Amino acid sequence: MSEQAPTLTSAAAARGPLAMEAVSVSKDFKIGHGQTVQAVRDVSFSLYRGAVVALVGESGSGKSTAARLLAGQERLTSGQIKLDGTPVEVTSRGDFRRYKSQVQYVFQDPFASLNPVHTVRYHLERPVKLHGGKGADVDAEVVALIEQVRLTPARQFLAKYPHELSGGQRQRVSFARALAARPSVLLADEPVSMLDVSIRLEMLSLLDDLRQRFSLAMLYITHDIASARYFADEVLVMYAGEIVERGPAEEITQQPAHPYTQLLVASAPDPDNLGSSVLRGGRKANGKRPGAGAAAHSQQSVTTAGCPFHPRCPFADDRCQREDPALLPITATRGAACWHLDVAAPELASGLPGGGRTTTN
Amino acid sequence: MSAHPDQAPLPVEPSSPAAGQDPVLQIRDLSVVYRTPGGDVRAVDRVNLDLAAGEVIGLAGESGSGKSTLVYGACRLLRAPALITSGSVVYTGRRVTKPADVLRLSPDELQHLRWREIAIVFQSAMNALNPVLNVRDQLLDVIHAHLRMPRDQARERAASLLDLVGIPRARLRSYPHELSGGMRQRVMIAMALATEPEVVIMDEPTTALDVVVQRDILAQIVELKEQLGFSILFITHDLSLLLELADRIAVMYAGQLLEIATAEEIHHEASHPYTKGLLNSFPSLRGPRRELAGIPGSPPDLHSPPPGCPFLPRCRYGTAACERVDMQLLPVATSKDPGHVTACPFVLPGTPVPPEAEPQPEATGEPEATGEPGT
Repeated sequence: MSEQAPTLTSAAAARGPLAMEAVSVSKDFKIGHGQTVQAVRDVSFSLYRGAVVALVGESGSGKSTAARLLAGQERLTSGQIKLDGTPVEVTSRGDFRRYKSQVQYVFQDPFASLNPVHTVRYHLERPVKLHGGKGADVDAEVVALIEQVRLTPARQFLAKYPHELSGGQRQRVSFARALAARPSVLLADEPVSMLDVSIRLEMLSLLDDLRQRFSLAMLYITHDIASARYFADEVLVMYAGEIVERGPAEEITQQPAHPYTQLLVASAPDPDNLGSSVLRGGRKANGKRPGAGAAAHSQQSVTTAGCPFHPRCPFADDRCQREDPALLPITATRGAACWHLDVAAPELASGLPGGGRTTTN
Repeated sequence: MSAHPDQAPLPVEPSSPAAGQDPVLQIRDLSVVYRTPGGDVRAVDRVNLDLAAGEVIGLAGESGSGKSTLVYGACRLLRAPALITSGSVVYTGRRVTKPADVLRLSPDELQHLRWREIAIVFQSAMNALNPVLNVRDQLLDVIHAHLRMPRDQARERAASLLDLVGIPRARLRSYPHELSGGMRQRVMIAMALATEPEVVIMDEPTTALDVVVQRDILAQIVELKEQLGFSILFITHDLSLLLELADRIAVMYAGQLLEIATAEEIHHEASHPYTKGLLNSFPSLRGPRRELAGIPGSPPDLHSPPPGCPFLPRCRYGTAACERVDMQLLPVATSKDPGHVTACPFVLPGTPVPPEAEPQPEATGEPEATGEPGT
């Protein structure tokens, strides 16, 4: 299905060497009555040292499942995950620990991911002891970690319990905990969406700083495509378990090709463009937004045929109902999975051989 | 920090095009404290706010800024240790004969006012709906509690409420867990509208939803508002949303209002450094990439609020004079909007400057002027 995908180069590749790779990864969940949900379908992407790849999509699109697959917290249904070029085989607890020392995960909710009965010190000491090996100066490392996430004075914070910290401070502790293992890959699942808007930027810039300092390969999962524009090198747009569009962050947000990406971009609040917004002025025009009002279809359908977006897509035809389009390269670093790119994004498709799949151009 | 209500010019003149009549809800000098063993926490400090008929007011602020406490206090929905220490909340609806002070109503009168006149869409639809009742029973509950109507008619009304928010009638028999997050939120909105209230308070109704669904619901809210003519007090921490949705925006910080103006004014002519900071906290999707700053630091501890301006510890323009400033909303003289008021007397030229303070020259630019290297 995705023969063309490997011809795409990641926009993040220029930043550093390849760290992690997902090759045609799929995950099915059995939901009873003999039915399965394909949460992740044939997804391929790569993470590079010192680069941020953003996985963008709405709730239920499978973006967290994809990250959990990379983190080794779910078994793959099919496909392969490679770390530093070697396929990952986790068969024993030791394997898993070695894997986790390379690949760390930051959870969305800092209120739930820290144990309320333990101090910050305990949260950080454990991974340092586990992954640091014998002879590590645990105390010094813990202090260094907490300073890295800019919680100062460090000693004072180490003695605190999670309930004594603000949301932002808790999330910093989560970052420090993830860094304790000295990973090469950091999977951040909506790391700022639970935080106040006024500190989100600070946290993202902290993450950016950590990425540079430790040349981390980072997967940034979010539903906020605007933050991906600022933070990520490459954006992968996920819908119903599939990557429907990928490419450099700036290009994707400024000139979305896939109808779903277009919907996503059109839905983001846009104070800079009040005149044309859906809510003010052009209020009556809201029916024109592609796919609006059909959000009920966003969950992965149990029976799958055709393009997953076709029930909401304004450009859908018979073919979209029958055949699922593969990720079609638009440029060397950019691709979209749509049969009708020539209609959906004519200015982009004109550069394609054959004018973006169908006949004329 | 002395008493001020007499001299503080308030935005009595509704500044939005949607408004024009007397305010439906007039919050005056409202203060709410939380009584704790360590002393009172001033969650809401002498707040004045007007909501005109048919108007959408956005109340923006960080968590802990007191925005929810303000509106729950105004509806008397708070319980101990929260205590309303001063103020009045005058409601003047089309259906009531004379203005009533919500804070001084008897329990019976209050019961009649709530939901019938002022309804609330609560923050988390997940928790606000009863998991063991289906949608129809929950709607009927509201209808029977607040409206007198025969059973058949109530059922018909429940069904038509779902039509109103765009949910198929077949969903009447669904339980909350069978609905998606967006649908649950729509049910919450339908419940709030069941009694055709004059004022609908929405407490972060879309925070848990993703952008596509959020936009659908907001568009629907705006449509319903125009159709039914209620006023909305919309609470959120997402200022970018309010810029699109609200007629006027009130920015709240540490229990006080720092700035009130039309959405347009807030967007282009924000005068308070905190508002500017909030505006600069959003990555914009369109237009050129600009450097984003956010607001370093965290809100003050309201147990012992700092003297003067509560935003001073985080303010880029702060001076020693700010510690002595008397927090009150004064009109921004340079503004086209007569209702534009700000609590910061120093930032914009033309605003009244107390004798001991000097204006900050670098702060006189357009909102973009606050941009500074973000990392």
